[in-house]
Amino acid sequence: MHNFEYHRPTSVADAVQSLKGAEDGKILAGGMTLIPTLKQRLAAPSDLIDLGAIAELKGIKDEGGMITIGAATPHAMVAESEVVRRVIPALADLAEGIGDPQVRNRGTIGGSIANSDPAADYPAALVGLDATVQTDRRRIKADDFFKGLFETALEEDEIVTAVSFPKPEKACYAKFPNPASRYAMVGVMVARAGGAVRVAVTGAGPCVFRLPEMEQALSGNFSPDAIKGIEISADGLNSDIHGSAAYRAHLVSVMARRAVTDCA
Amino acid sequence: MAGHHVSTTINGDAFEFVCEPDETLLDVLRDRLSLTGSKEGCGTGDCGACSVILDGRLVCSCLVLGAEAEGRTIATIEGMADGDRLHPLQRKFLEHAALQCGICTPGILVAAKALLEKHPDPSETEIRYWLAGNLCRCTGYDKIVRAVLDAAAEIREGRDAA
Repeated sequence: MHNFEYHRPTSVADAVQSLKGAEDGKILAGGMTLIPTLKQRLAAPSDLIDLGAIAELKGIKDEGGMITIGAATPHAMVAESEVVRRVIPALADLAEGIGDPQVRNRGTIGGSIANSDPAADYPAALVGLDATVQTDRRRIKADDFFKGLFETALEEDEIVTAVSFPKPEKACYAKFPNPASRYAMVGVMVARAGGAVRVAVTGAGPCVFRLPEMEQALSGNFSPDAIKGIEISADGLNSDIHGSAAYRAHLVSVMARRAVTDCA
Repeated sequence: MAGHHVSTTINGDAFEFVCEPDETLLDVLRDRLSLTGSKEGCGTGDCGACSVILDGRLVCSCLVLGAEAEGRTIATIEGMADGDRLHPLQRKFLEHAALQCGICTPGILVAAKALLEKHPDPSETEIRYWLAGNLCRCTGYDKIVRAVLDAAAEIREGRDAA
């Protein structure tokens, strides 16, 4: 990798200051994507601002009817969390299925969503569970946060500080992992809360998306049969050596039905 | 690019080093501290040959910056044997011939030790799940899994006897 200046702020305010002051600064969270990207010289930032020493960014809270997860909380901590397991087991399951132990011990929820990898798991959790992203300056609904391939609503110098999840009545995440990387070929989060159903899909398209037709069908009849006949178009879906767009479209239907079945 | 002065604890001993921002923890362990047990396989966090324990958690040291180790506690493969006395996992890997070329072995031993400290009685499925981040291109994994099962049983018996 190209060399850079390394900063280790101990508060969010200091991190924002370092980022503003840098010519081409990047935030270092768990580094599970950033460090390989630097090593491959696909990015050459002037400065890295490490969030690892900011205590306020780590941890899980159950307050105000929401589960709030600090941005620098690693996936393993979410998977092991007793409160997440009890209140939103689908979220604990999703975190437990990310990558391998080494990735789960370092990778963070804030890093995952700020990167917006098309095959990442967390975007499906945020959109499916109707979460809110807290940054150093504002709150952003998950529906407005993910904008496209590796693209989010974040400003250049904006830092994710936490993600808040409302408590669903029922939620399940079904994923067809790539067997080598365990990234989602397709992952579907189905969640029911207050009579409304949300269906969020990751891995299939350039960015997480919802399936309104399925959501409507499931709102009337929350059973796998309700969505059996719904065809998923392959238009605009990802196609690569791991699977064609048509294959992914098929997987979306199968994973959605599995998620609904698991909710029963 | 200023060098960073880092204080850390490795295998129970206090260490201090100066490193460049772009040096990984693996670079520091191998090139500055002569702890060459941790290996560089892929360098991108896929193979697990560089696995170490950082503050009680299994991580790929090739994806941690040396500067990030400030104030942290690290355990490497060098801290596994007690002098000449091998750890039960190390002995069982020899008995079961759970290695061939050996480049993945330090990482797998560190990962297996982390697993057994958490789950003293893992099933075969659990072992395969917890070692998913460590690739071996020689053994086909079967002997590794058997060695870990056997070591786990021996460690449990030792505890029961004590």
